[in-house]
Amino acid sequence: MNIDKKIADDLVANDIRFVTTVPCKQLAGVIEEVEARDDIFHIPSNKEDEGMGLCAGAWMGGTRPAIIMQNTALGVTINTLATLIQFYRMPLPMIISYRGELREPVACQVEMAVHTKALLAQLNIPTYHFHWQKDVEEFDNILKYTFMCNKPVAILTDANFWGGYGDQ
Amino acid sequence: MIRSEILKEIAPILRDQLVVCNIGIPSQELHAIDDQPTNFYMLGTMGLASSIGLGLALAQPKPVIVIDGDGSVLTNLGTLPTIGNNAPGNYILMIVDNGSYGSTGDQPTYTGRKTDLAGMARAAGCDTVVEVRDVDTGPALQAAIDSGKATVLVVKCDSGNAKMPVITMDPVVIRDRFMRAVAS
Repeated sequence: MNIDKKIADDLVANDIRFVTTVPCKQLAGVIEEVEARDDIFHIPSNKEDEGMGLCAGAWMGGTRPAIIMQNTALGVTINTLATLIQFYRMPLPMIISYRGELREPVACQVEMAVHTKALLAQLNIPTYHFHWQKDVEEFDNILKYTFMCNKPVAILTDANFWGGYGDQ
Repeated sequence: MIRSEILKEIAPILRDQLVVCNIGIPSQELHAIDDQPTNFYMLGTMGLASSIGLGLALAQPKPVIVIDGDGSVLTNLGTLPTIGNNAPGNYILMIVDNGSYGSTGDQPTYTGRKTDLAGMARAAGCDTVVEVRDVDTGPALQAAIDSGKATVLVVKCDSGNAKMPVITMDPVVIRDRFMRAVAS
């Protein structure tokens, strides 16, 4: 299975046509896939909170958005998640590269990994963790759930899910 | 002129447009001067007005006017390259540049010293950047709307705030009525 293509297919199937990204090596394939699709408007952002602002605007304009980002940036988005996305009750699928988990080669990444789920739990953000490639089968349901409840929802995707990072 | 005087003057122009307004006193002033369902008031999240407005302008065809401030743009400077490379013709970013953080007690920002926001916007790739004095805001804003070109309008004005009540409207109400206005 090509998980990059599957993720992009599910985004389109759920009418998500506005995707903002901040890169991560693990996410390179899915970002490339999103960029290549004519039916998705891809707008790179310079920082994750900026990206969430873009998504909020797109959604109010009638277009379903998503953000693709790295977990190390979760800290800079806390205020935006609380005072914009949650306060105004907006849906936002957050496809997050979960750096610092199993098969991670860079020790510093672990320092944010140990806080990632705790921060998301503190914010009461529904959180899913993709560890095996088959976990992507749930993605379509998660997107439907996000736009059903109008909440930010996190999908953490670790190195094992992406087929390893730097070790193969 | 201070910001509230500018807002009073341009209220008739803003009335029929989609407006995304910056956090704090700017939103309180706009709300008190001329509350409209077409106004999206930011109650928190300093810095993101320009980004919210850009997402909105990209998602639908109506003109979008963002009322931002120098302090807020400095907080989210990454927005300028994103605007410069992506803004559609229905996007207007009006930066009320009074050289101070108005909502927190008028502490000076760097735009009152050496920093030039219009120059930064141009360097970031924004093709149409207009700098005006406060008294010329109305005609400049109308010209930007009529041009159909993505515009960054930097309005140089005096520092100061009008005393206006805090917005007590529920955020979901603000957002819901705004979305209805967008879709109508």
